[in-house]
Amino acid sequence: MTRFLLRRLAVALLVAMTVLTLSFMLTRLSGDLAISIAGPNATQEDVELIRRAYGLDRPLTVQYFDWIGRAVLGDFGTSYFFRERVSTLIGSRLPITLTLGLVGLGIALVVAIPLGIIAAVREGSWVDRAVMLVALVGQAMPSFWLGLLLMVVLGLQLQWLPISGTGSWEHFVMPGIVLAFSAIPALMRLTRSGMVEALASDYIRTARAKGLTRLSILAKHALRNAAIPVVSIAAVQLGFMLGGSIVIETVFALHGVGFLAWESISKNDFPVVQAVVLVLALIYIGLTLLADLLNAVLDPRLRA
Amino acid sequence: MTAPLLDVRGLKVQFGGHTAAVRGASLSLRKGETHCLVGESGCGKSVTALAVMGLLARGARRQAEVLSFAGQDLRNLSEGRMSRLRGDRMAMIFQEPMTSLNPAYTVGSQMTEVLRRHRGTPRAQAVDRAAELLGRVGITAPGMRLGQFPHQLSGGLRQRVMIAMALMCEPELLVADEPTTALDVTVQAQILRLLAALQRELGLGILLITHDLGIVARIADRVSVMYAGEVVESAPTAQLFAAPRHPYTRGLLSCVPVPGKVRRDEPLGSIPGVVPRLPPGFQGCAFRDRCPHAAPACAGPVPRQPAGPEHEFLCTLPPDWVRRAEAA
Repeated sequence: MTRFLLRRLAVALLVAMTVLTLSFMLTRLSGDLAISIAGPNATQEDVELIRRAYGLDRPLTVQYFDWIGRAVLGDFGTSYFFRERVSTLIGSRLPITLTLGLVGLGIALVVAIPLGIIAAVREGSWVDRAVMLVALVGQAMPSFWLGLLLMVVLGLQLQWLPISGTGSWEHFVMPGIVLAFSAIPALMRLTRSGMVEALASDYIRTARAKGLTRLSILAKHALRNAAIPVVSIAAVQLGFMLGGSIVIETVFALHGVGFLAWESISKNDFPVVQAVVLVLALIYIGLTLLADLLNAVLDPRLRA
Repeated sequence: MTAPLLDVRGLKVQFGGHTAAVRGASLSLRKGETHCLVGESGCGKSVTALAVMGLLARGARRQAEVLSFAGQDLRNLSEGRMSRLRGDRMAMIFQEPMTSLNPAYTVGSQMTEVLRRHRGTPRAQAVDRAAELLGRVGITAPGMRLGQFPHQLSGGLRQRVMIAMALMCEPELLVADEPTTALDVTVQAQILRLLAALQRELGLGILLITHDLGIVARIADRVSVMYAGEVVESAPTAQLFAAPRHPYTRGLLSCVPVPGKVRRDEPLGSIPGVVPRLPPGFQGCAFRDRCPHAAPACAGPVPRQPAGPEHEFLCTLPPDWVRRAEAA
């Protein structure tokens, strides 16, 4: 178990280093930063001034190691646009995105896992086909469209939920549902196929031969084995939700990290862009690590 | 004569209406008896066993004139009632020890849950019982094994665990579906000796499914030979080996080398062809296409004939045909 942990940690660290390098390189590749910061009306002298002020005149390697040295300590510099420390900026936006992501994943799991199990148990029946149809529709529906639809129905007509902002937990329900919808099809399909495979296995036949109850066979013996791919994908999905919630955050006016990323990209605020990419990537890496650990808990064969 | 522990008559199993896997099989097993069900692959042995246990896959249809266990009619028993019998009074072990245990749970957890389900035994006591049985099936350091996962055990050990697990509630019937087929020859012998010893000690009735006539000769009290979903011959073991009547049984026996009887210059026997897949409603003898003694009458109804005490066979040939053929 210790060896497994160390190996996973080492891999996570390597990936983090790669992301650090990539996020630095991508912002430098997108054009001369000094020119874009200075704006279209700046003179050559202005650009030179800015280049020196932001240290962009130094060799790339120096800039790179300087940036890494600070980033490791949590110092991502100051935003050009917001005139604020990038770390405070992200710190204030991250809880919104995290809440949204967790609500979305929660809803997705609560819906997808039972439906997947039911579809597997009734494999080939109309229930199975109905569930898979819902999965197909969910996969095909654009999330901004579903968001607007929910706003019209739940927000404006029924007036059950607020349509925008972050004032209370109710504000997270609708965007949570929309986010969940994008994750449900994959989670449901995986639960279903995992359960179908598990239920056809020899150890389930043994469990039945032992006279165990249906509940014990499904929940204890089949689900535990079917859950392994679901856990991996759930972690990836949560990563997607956190990084890819830009559309949802825009539609529901939630000022989370996704919204921040969109703003800073359009303003060429490269310290913020770099930091957002890095933070999201680190969360992603953390989630993958967590999924690996959970899987090792579920399947003893992975602990070697 | 005591009532049989397991009585099966006219068992039929169909899958989806186009294949009849079992076509009217009959067999009975007394308390404390080892009854072997032999035949080639695909002749319906495993399906018969699963049908008895109520473990057929969804989509399979089971019918029987008689299907009783310890005097209890199993035919219309609900799944809930059936599951109370399974693991408690009737247990089963399988051909694939490598995949028959759940990879996610420890040996101890999988063994104790049987006792907890059927007897409501507290965990500590169930663990004691599991350790005792692991010792009984010849596993050293049972305490350590209880905490291990299936992937940490060899095939032979896993099959021993399966046997011990099947014995948790002291069942009266153990159905063993080719329990040694997937194991090394040396391990096979150990497992068979173990089954025989357990049977003597616990008065266990064993329904052993195998295609290995060597195993039959060593541990069976009675043998039923199955072909294409029917029991074509049934007899006490010694009787069957000494005086087989059904041409299929004779064919099977001729395929096995017996020291002293086989000669170097003569090839071993073989039965040409394979077991056919028969549609429901098939008439006549299913073996007739492969039988050296086939006659036009074989397409008609086939009588079940006595050939000695507790010896029956299903054939159109007269009971004394072997003697007549040898005299001629």
